[in-house]
Amino acid sequence: MIERSMERLAEKTPNGVARYAGGLSDKKLAWLFVAPSILLLLAINIFPLIWTIYLSFTNYRVNRPNRDVDWIGLRNYERILNDTDIWQTMQATAHFLISTIVLQVLLGFALAFLINKKFRGNDVLTTLIVIPMMLSPAVVGNFWTFLYQPQIGLFNYVVGFLSGVDPSAFSMIGDVSLAPWAIVIVDTWMWTPFVMLICLAGLRSIPNSIYEAAECDRASSWRQFWTITIPMVLPFLMLAVLFRGIENFKMFDLVVQLTGGGPGSLTTLSSIDLKREAFEKWKTGYSSAYAVILFVTVFGLASVYVKALNKVKDR
Amino acid sequence: MSFSVTSPSVPVKWISGFLVAAYAVITLIPLIWIIATGFKSGEDSIHYPPKVLFEPTLEGYVNLFTTRTLIPSDAPEIDASQLEWYEQVVHEQGEMIAGPSRYGERFLNSTVIGFGSTALCMLLGTMAAYAFSRFKVPLKEDLLFFILSTRMMPPIAVAIPIFLMYKNLGLNDTYLGMIILYTAVNLSLSVWLLKGFIDEIPVEYEEAALIDGYTRLQAFIKVVLPQAITGIASTAIFCLIFAWNEYAFAVLLTSGNAQTAPPFIPTIIGVSGRDWPAVAAGATLFLVPVMLFTVLLRKHLLRGITFGAVRK
Repeated sequence: MIERSMERLAEKTPNGVARYAGGLSDKKLAWLFVAPSILLLLAINIFPLIWTIYLSFTNYRVNRPNRDVDWIGLRNYERILNDTDIWQTMQATAHFLISTIVLQVLLGFALAFLINKKFRGNDVLTTLIVIPMMLSPAVVGNFWTFLYQPQIGLFNYVVGFLSGVDPSAFSMIGDVSLAPWAIVIVDTWMWTPFVMLICLAGLRSIPNSIYEAAECDRASSWRQFWTITIPMVLPFLMLAVLFRGIENFKMFDLVVQLTGGGPGSLTTLSSIDLKREAFEKWKTGYSSAYAVILFVTVFGLASVYVKALNKVKDR
Repeated sequence: MSFSVTSPSVPVKWISGFLVAAYAVITLIPLIWIIATGFKSGEDSIHYPPKVLFEPTLEGYVNLFTTRTLIPSDAPEIDASQLEWYEQVVHEQGEMIAGPSRYGERFLNSTVIGFGSTALCMLLGTMAAYAFSRFKVPLKEDLLFFILSTRMMPPIAVAIPIFLMYKNLGLNDTYLGMIILYTAVNLSLSVWLLKGFIDEIPVEYEEAALIDGYTRLQAFIKVVLPQAITGIASTAIFCLIFAWNEYAFAVLLTSGNAQTAPPFIPTIIGVSGRDWPAVAAGATLFLVPVMLFTVLLRKHLLRGITFGAVRK
């Protein structure tokens, strides 16, 4: 529609005027406007990506610049896929991903559902609730290690107070059984509002007339919830899950600051593992292959998911 | 007020309001705790049980901006009343000031890199978004998707080749390097958001301007930009917050010169071990601006966090 009106406009403008007043043609201007962004992204994203793919077939190491770089084919990929440690970090990542998404969807939807009851002051509370997700994960994560201190930490104190357990008897970050949940708790604290906001938009998009019609048909509120509310919020909810999924697959800052990947390698998520291989052991070629595998995974999962999302939307 | 069958009843409203308020209180406690700890003395901060009521002190803030040493036991007695107030605060802890800390520098770095990358990103983003919104760009959908997909890469994966590239170009640990990098990362967000905002401006305004003899460029600058100003402002705040909060690239690509505050704050230590009031003071100064921006942004928040996919 926009294009057509532009064409109409072009036809209406006399040629001479257009040439005199136009300065640059729309086509040239379009390129002039888009080119800088595309060039920047090519330089900072695509060129590095291609370089990573190239490096992933070599045995290059940054800390040994004088050594010959050999083309070793798929050997890096073979080593990664046969490495049991990497499967363990994948498991840690999957545990983190699934638990955070489930918790955030349940809590976020419940909050949105309650806020949508339109009590007085709901907008002020919404703004307050949203604050944690806008803050720096590294800085906040670092402070949470203080809250998680045995004995003096506020978190341990409150849990101890409520459950009767001695607050110095457990360490959220140090205990093998608790550490995977310590990171889940902080991530859920930060990102539940994200799911809540999107669910709220979904709930508010449902026209009242649908509920009124259901009310006329004497549908119970339970029934209304499952046959109207849930299906109509579902596309929004799925979008929220997509964003959280991608973000938490990339997760680095919060968890590095909280647990540093420990105890042992229990909370070593893929990004943390990759950082160690690339920037501590300096295995550049190997870690490039690792990066390619991660990227293909997230891209592949995301495309499959987006297809499903579009199907739900079209329904 | 008209009666509606679908409007929630009064008790339902009360219960919902109470539950949401309870969640808000619980979720804000860690943040309140950060701010409160910044005003505690070292002893109070690690007191058991945790102290809710305490005598506020600026110890944490003074420690944040200084490096200190213990006063040696054989040092001559100093008349404390002769000292500046911040020296007194340090003196009471049995320490003396050795010099300024690097927090001020790191905060300044965060500011320069944050605002620099935001300005550049808005310039490039507005132009690209206008073109995508108004012109026939070949492969438009593919280009837009390409721009979005750059955000899916784990930062650590991107950091490997960027690190190598920057090493060759001498851009590691420089303002320019970080500004360019954050601009590239934020470009996807700004193009997608701004395209949405510009799409909403009726194209008739520009048509009228063009008929009045404006060139395309003039119409863009004098007609579209003023109309899009709220959209541009809120997009800019989103970009600023991202650059401000970013940690992964900062910790890998900066160290001495251009290091920003997020990698620095966790490294703050006192004379004997972790100085939690100073850490909390540093975190407070760093987080409060973002809290204020969040309140300013509340109307556009949803749009920003979903790259414009959900609009109210």
